[in-house]
Amino acid sequence: MEIVPTTFGVLMLTFLLFYVVGGSPAEVVLGKNATAEALAAFDARYGYDKPLFCGNWTGIRALGATARAKLEKRGATGLCRLPIAYALPAGEYRVNAGRVLLGLRESATGAADEALVDGPAPLTFAVREGWTAVSLDVGNSLPATLRLEKKSGGLCDSQFVHYVASLLRGDLGLSTEHNLPVSRVLKGGVGPSLALTVPILVCGTLLAVMLGLLCAAWRGGLADKAVLILSTVLMSVNYVVWVLAGQFLLAFKLRLFPIWGFESAAYLVLPVLIGIVSGLGRDVRFFRAAILDEVYKPYVRTAQAKGLSGSRIMICHVLRNSLIPIVTYVSLSIPFLFTGSLMLESFFGIPGLGNVSLNAIHSSDMAVVRAVVILGALLYQGVNLLTDLCYAWLDPRVRLR
Amino acid sequence: MARDRNIFARLWRRWDTRLCLLIIAVYCFAAAYGEIVYQAARVTDRTPGYNVVHETSRYVPPAFVRVFSHAPRPAGQPIYPLGSDNLGRDVLQRLVQGARIAFHVGIITSLIAIPLGVILGSLGGYFGGRVDSVVVWLCATVASMPGLLFILAIAMVVGQGLLGVYLGIGLTTWVNVCRNVRGEVMKHRGRAYVQAAQVLGYSHARIMFRHILPNVTHIILIAFSIRFPSSVATEVFISFLGIGVQGEPSWGIMINNARLRLWQGVWWEMAFVTLAIFALVLAFNHLADALRDLLDPALRTEQE
Repeated sequence: MEIVPTTFGVLMLTFLLFYVVGGSPAEVVLGKNATAEALAAFDARYGYDKPLFCGNWTGIRALGATARAKLEKRGATGLCRLPIAYALPAGEYRVNAGRVLLGLRESATGAADEALVDGPAPLTFAVREGWTAVSLDVGNSLPATLRLEKKSGGLCDSQFVHYVASLLRGDLGLSTEHNLPVSRVLKGGVGPSLALTVPILVCGTLLAVMLGLLCAAWRGGLADKAVLILSTVLMSVNYVVWVLAGQFLLAFKLRLFPIWGFESAAYLVLPVLIGIVSGLGRDVRFFRAAILDEVYKPYVRTAQAKGLSGSRIMICHVLRNSLIPIVTYVSLSIPFLFTGSLMLESFFGIPGLGNVSLNAIHSSDMAVVRAVVILGALLYQGVNLLTDLCYAWLDPRVRLR
Repeated sequence: MARDRNIFARLWRRWDTRLCLLIIAVYCFAAAYGEIVYQAARVTDRTPGYNVVHETSRYVPPAFVRVFSHAPRPAGQPIYPLGSDNLGRDVLQRLVQGARIAFHVGIITSLIAIPLGVILGSLGGYFGGRVDSVVVWLCATVASMPGLLFILAIAMVVGQGLLGVYLGIGLTTWVNVCRNVRGEVMKHRGRAYVQAAQVLGYSHARIMFRHILPNVTHIILIAFSIRFPSSVATEVFISFLGIGVQGEPSWGIMINNARLRLWQGVWWEMAFVTLAIFALVLAFNHLADALRDLLDPALRTEQE
């Protein structure tokens, strides 16, 4: 059961990437010129204002951290005014200074009030419901950098906990571009993706296994060498080139296929063809090597000595025994059936998940990209488990513990 | 390093691998020349040759086409050995710059992925036990990420540009290196020379990196030869999608430029970029095959 720690690792890694390294999603979505207030409102809406892993306090956008040197003393009170970017909404706050003078305003009536909080250095103060703090003056034992933080809901009310909990509930978040739940954005893409990728996988694998068998049967011969050289050549052609050349030559010049769209099965033929050819070189080489591993084993010689025909030996004996590496290899590409093909879908106008995620990357829609990455990784875990079960079925020597 | 020279000699002896080495050498020179041009333009603060725009000579066919058609070159038009693009920029010079970027990507991502894989793999393979489980867990976690999409996500998060490409490719492709090194180090852990070194009281780090590592360098060499072409291909893909290199003539960006003009019959930019990528990747792939045959004892016994 190594699936549990790995799944945790996947959640950790995606969280680190999208929440910690990624910086503020608000700044990405709203742009560099957005006001701090708009950014804070965005954070509050999507839950980005909570601490990352755990903690009671988080820095807020109104001040963040400011150097003391920038502050000016205000004459009458001897206190320094903090340059807060927007009026602080209701909640509990903490500032690392000794004395705080709050300028309060009631949102409904506009009535003004003042409150003075005094005490040892990290001071906590609260803004009541219905009021906002419009100004903040601090004094007494100011540290080199001032920090203003807001109290979060509790020690465990963090982005990570929220993230895992919402994933467990099946909630993938809100797409910032479409303003829809991500699951709804993705749902429509699974069908077209499968319509494209399943034929590629099935036909591609069958073709490659057949070529691999032929190569192994005629190992060292002219056909084997030709296929081997050809597959290295096929492997070296860039994927981008396959797509562009296929679309330009076959669809545009020769008019064999429709160029763009997703209306009938005819629209899928060319993308499927390109998908098969672009993966063929690598697959054939792998399957040939996997089958060659078996060809020299003693049981093959026994079968030959029994007088079985070459084709029977290759298919019934050798292929059966080399199924384990083949199944492993094929199973690794199953998660990609769902996530679709980025290039093929966007170039042939197939509204699948690959198309959706590419658009999301272009419009910095983090929630969608994150959801597709997580789905892919979780599917991979599930497929791994299934593959292990498959081994036991294929090879009686493998026992499940 | 007598063994390495031996390998090079053996690669040189065969005509096909010699051709691969020669092709790679040509690309190395092109990339080095491109770097010099790039740095010179940066130091002197002038528009580099590959970015000079000639409004009057857009879409000029390659010079050798004119040889066949006997059409004279219009006065004042520069010679374009491989044609010009939509802004009248020289395709050949941009190809050379593309080679520079491809080598940057291939080498820098290797410098990220290979040390990471080697260090983690050595630690896991040498110490075993709990350290090994952590290494295996890390490998399994990263391996289960959906490849290209994860790279694109890293590039997006880090920010568009070469840094995102380096990190995206480098931080996702160390897993195979790590697994291979780990397996090989495990084999060496029980050998007599390692036990002797342990009895002599050498530190673990010294045994790992001074004693075992030299015996597994062939894995690193093979890993580099496999990683290089695949990271170049990935960079082309990422830049083609507009997420990678910005404002520099990467091969992916050139393909993207040439794509739209292809429909109007401007074939040269597309053809030469495709050919440039193809030749480099093919040479590396074939060399990687040959290296694996030469260096991997398991495969060698099987084939003889």
